[in-house]
Amino acid sequence: MQIDLQTIAIKPLRHTFDNIARRIGADKPATRYQEGTLDMQQTANFHYRPTWDPDHDIYDASRSAIKMADWYAFKDPRQFYYGAYTMARAKQQDTAEANFDFVENRGLADNLPADVRDTVLKLLVPLRHVAWGSNMNNAAVCAYGYGTGFSQPHIYQSMDQLGIAQYITRVGLLLGSVEVLDEAKQAWLEDDAWQGLRRFVEDSMVVKDPFELFVVQNVVLDGLMYPLVYETIIDDVLSTRGGTPVAMLTQFMTDWFAETKKWADATVKIAAGESAENKALLTQWIGAWRDRAAAALLPVARIALGERTDELVGEVVQQFNARMAKAGVAL
Amino acid sequence: MSTVFIALQTNEDTRQIIEAIVQDNPHAVVNEQPAMVKIDAEGKLVVRRESIEELIGRPYDLQELQVHLITMSGNLDQDDDAMTLYWNA
Repeated sequence: MQIDLQTIAIKPLRHTFDNIARRIGADKPATRYQEGTLDMQQTANFHYRPTWDPDHDIYDASRSAIKMADWYAFKDPRQFYYGAYTMARAKQQDTAEANFDFVENRGLADNLPADVRDTVLKLLVPLRHVAWGSNMNNAAVCAYGYGTGFSQPHIYQSMDQLGIAQYITRVGLLLGSVEVLDEAKQAWLEDDAWQGLRRFVEDSMVVKDPFELFVVQNVVLDGLMYPLVYETIIDDVLSTRGGTPVAMLTQFMTDWFAETKKWADATVKIAAGESAENKALLTQWIGAWRDRAAAALLPVARIALGERTDELVGEVVQQFNARMAKAGVAL
Repeated sequence: MSTVFIALQTNEDTRQIIEAIVQDNPHAVVNEQPAMVKIDAEGKLVVRRESIEELIGRPYDLQELQVHLITMSGNLDQDDDAMTLYWNA
C-alpha cells in the first residue's frame, strides 16, 4: 500500500472579531494587544447609575474635561496587554534581583562612602511614599478613565509604582536597618524639605478629572522627578562620588522611566492633536502643575545637590519643556 | 535578476515581522504556506530593525529572527539595523 502525504492549507474563515476588523479596516490578523484592548470596555446598557456618583454612568467620558471623538485613539506604543506586560516586568525583575545579589555578595553597600550612603537614605527612602501616592492615583485613573486604550496602561503604571516602592524599601534595608524606614517616614511627615512634595502628592489625590490626574502624576511629577532623582542625582552626581552601586540598585527606575515616558508622550500627543480645546487645557494643566512640582522638588534635590540645585533643577525643567513641545504642547 | 527569499514560521511573533518586511519591500511577494510564510523578492530584500520595533512596540535585536527562520536564499549582509538579502548582479 502506498500512502501519499499531502499538505492542505486550511484558511481560517475569519481572522479576528468583527469589532476589531471594523477598527483596523479589514478582516486581517490582529495583534493580541488590539484584541485585548479595542472596545473592551462596556459602552451601553448601564441600567443604573452608581449610588456613589449619580451624575455619571459607571463608565462615563464626561468625567474628564478632555473631549475625544474616539477614546480608542489612545494607543500604548509598548502594546502592553496583561501577557506582554507581565513578561516584560518579569524579565526586569530578574535583572533587578541579579543587581541586588551582585551588590550584596560583593559587600559593595558596606564600602559606600558614608556621605553618599547618608544622602541616598535621606533622599531615596522617603520617595517610597511618593510611589505609593502614584499607585493610588494611577488606580484612580484606571477606575474613572474612559476607554480601555486609555485606562489599561494606568493599572500597569499603578502596579509598577508599587514595585518601585518595594525596590526603594529594599535599597533602604540594604544600606541601613529597619529604622531607616521609620526615619524616612518621619522626614516625609515632618521634615521641611519634604512638605512641599507631600502637599503636591496629597493634592493630586483629590484631583477628580482622570485625564488631569494622568497629567499631574505621569506627565508632570514623574517627568520631573525621575530625570532629577534617578538620572541626574543617582546616575550622575552620586556615581562620581563613589555611589555606582546605588545606580545598580535603582536601574529598574531609570529603565522604567525611559519606557513609560514614551507612552505618556504618545498619550499627550494624541489628546493635544485632537482639538484646540484639548491642547489649551493640556497647556494650562501641564504649565500650572509643572511650576508647582518644580518648586516642590527644589528642597528635595538640595539634599543631594547642595548649591548646584537651582542649576540642575533648571536643566531638568528645560528638558521637560522640550519633551512636551515635541509631544505637541508648547509651554 | 533572480529572486531572493526568506521563509519564516507562521506564529504570533512573526506576523508583525512579516508586516514590517512587506512595508519595507513593496516588490516582495508573500506566499503563505501551511505553518510557513515565504517571502520572495526580485533582486533584493531588506529586513529593517526599526520597522519591526515600531510594529511590536519594544526594542528588537535582529538576531531574535533566527528563532523563527526556516530558510533563506541570497547573499546575506547583516548589521545591527538591517538584514539584507541580495544577489550580486
